[in-house]
Amino acid sequence: MAVTTTIAGRFGPYGGRYVPETLVAALDELEHAYAEAQADPDFHLKLDELLRDYAGRPTPLYFASRLTERLGGAKIYLKREDLLHTGAHKINNCLGQALLAVRMGKHRIIAETGAGQHGVATATVCALFGLECVVYMGEEDMQRQELNVYRMRMLGAEVRGVSSGSRTLKDAISEAMRDWVTNVRTTYYLLGSALGAHPYPTMVRDFHRVISREARQQILEKENRLPTAIIACVGGGSNAIGAFYEFIADKDVQLIGVEAGGRGPQLGEHAARFSGGAPGVLQGTYSYVLQDDNGQIALTHSVSAGLDYASIGPEHAALHDSGRAEYTSVTDAEALEATLLLARTEGIIPALESAHAVAECVKRAPKMSADDIVIVNVSGRGDKDMGILAKELKLSGAE
Amino acid sequence: MPIQFADKPGLVAYLTVGDPDLATSHNIALAAIDAGADVLELGVPFSDPLADGPVIQRASERALRNGTSLRDVLALAANLRRERPGAGLIIFTYLNPVLRFGLENFCAAAEQAGVDGVLVTDMIVEEASEYLQALHRHHLAPIFLAAPTSPDERLARIAAVSRGFVYAISRTGITGAQKSLTADAEDLVLRLRRFTHLPVAVGFGISTPEHFAAVGEFADAAVVGSAIVAAIEQAGPKDAPSSIARFIQGLRGGIRETTAPAR
Repeated sequence: MAVTTTIAGRFGPYGGRYVPETLVAALDELEHAYAEAQADPDFHLKLDELLRDYAGRPTPLYFASRLTERLGGAKIYLKREDLLHTGAHKINNCLGQALLAVRMGKHRIIAETGAGQHGVATATVCALFGLECVVYMGEEDMQRQELNVYRMRMLGAEVRGVSSGSRTLKDAISEAMRDWVTNVRTTYYLLGSALGAHPYPTMVRDFHRVISREARQQILEKENRLPTAIIACVGGGSNAIGAFYEFIADKDVQLIGVEAGGRGPQLGEHAARFSGGAPGVLQGTYSYVLQDDNGQIALTHSVSAGLDYASIGPEHAALHDSGRAEYTSVTDAEALEATLLLARTEGIIPALESAHAVAECVKRAPKMSADDIVIVNVSGRGDKDMGILAKELKLSGAE
Repeated sequence: MPIQFADKPGLVAYLTVGDPDLATSHNIALAAIDAGADVLELGVPFSDPLADGPVIQRASERALRNGTSLRDVLALAANLRRERPGAGLIIFTYLNPVLRFGLENFCAAAEQAGVDGVLVTDMIVEEASEYLQALHRHHLAPIFLAAPTSPDERLARIAAVSRGFVYAISRTGITGAQKSLTADAEDLVLRLRRFTHLPVAVGFGISTPEHFAAVGEFADAAVVGSAIVAAIEQAGPKDAPSSIARFIQGLRGGIRETTAPAR
């Protein structure tokens, strides 16, 4: 359907607001409150202070000399979002939205989580601001990211397991939306990716723009020129849009998003929306969606819970169609191998999500020249994945 | 256009098509019409029904396991139109199956099948301009939801583009039975009346003859969904049609006869 609309929040034809009527007033209220906050210098002052003193910004842009040497091509820099408090970029958005919730007088926060990093970041800001916190998480994800479940509980959040559908991120979002539609008058939905109905994709992107704002300045300071390429993994797409955004106007900088190739190209075995999906509506937004011929949403698979989702942020859909960004995918096996490589060359264990970006860098860097510069966004750290890594990389046996 | 409510309150009955199977859905639909449902909402099962409670979620899963598609729902509508010319028939769906089918193709097929109206759960008036044009081209009534949280200016917009009836949601929340109705429903209906002369049907959580009678005090019709779907689940394929007939007669207080009305 070609789309015409009276609502803002479109990225080309993508985005919009496709929700039950009950939520519209709340989305309007949120859009209004966000616009007011954006125009309020005091809001930015508070947020910047929290990002600096609490979360640990700016994060370093680190020259990975051993990885560069090993791959023998482009110079590789790592944007170290993994060093942030709670261990991933997710805290950027959670601090922003929590400040907004407080401004709006909402004391009950709900969130969905896939890998658990957004859940942990939400539980963290709720503890910080004294807010009630309920996190929905697919039961499959609770199993594979068990450590994060304990972290959320430790922080005082209630983690509600979701047993419907594929028991992963998509189902957690549906359940969070059911909660919101029921408790909409008192509850703030702290959505964790650049997904969902307007204004979420715009707002979440804005709270993560700091990644590319810093990276752009840092690379200019270190190299006195812009990078050849930025590589980021894309689940819903929050770290990627944050890492890309300030470089969009720099036409010569390649923007490369990496989706989960999972076990292979068959529908149900991966989460590569651009190669396997078609435009459609899932959970409030019009974007690329993995679906069958009847418009039913397909099951997805990835070793990484944070990339295991059937749709993708609408701004990525627009960047894809315009050709401004390029999207590719790497398999579970390639991501695992890249995790090991980064651990052993640089002493950095990336999250399995971020390892997809590292894996793409491993493929590309050797084909590039020593004059090229690649920035890989290491969106999170791999502590949460030690169970999976131990099993997949057989770390428990004798080496 | 057979969306009309002969006796007040009117009854709009929802079922998830394909639960437990297509043949049984057909028989349940006939039984519901004959027992006194004025309008049938033929629910298209969807993999991610985020506006629905557990009862309709389970029904959707069963229907999808049977491979039920939008095409099957349209085929059922065509059969029902032949067999019960006077019944109101509405397709009740999430947006994505319609987009995949193609909006224009869907509207043409629905018109061909004799469908009267369409309700898309996740379509709001601001996003609806092309959707409305397609429905109008094919003489299908756009039915929109109005919620207790919708401010007056939204109710005015909803009323302005609705045809057939306006569906007032009785409370904030997802579909599913509840013990008692809240004051939200009546407030909403009274507010809607200021913007429309269309009938107003109240839905979400209506499951007993008492609810049905109470809604009749201030609205033109009641929508019963989860209670019917739960009764189908409980009865099993063989007994579901007669069980639904009894349930609907019970809602109506046994006033109506069970013979097929020649409307």
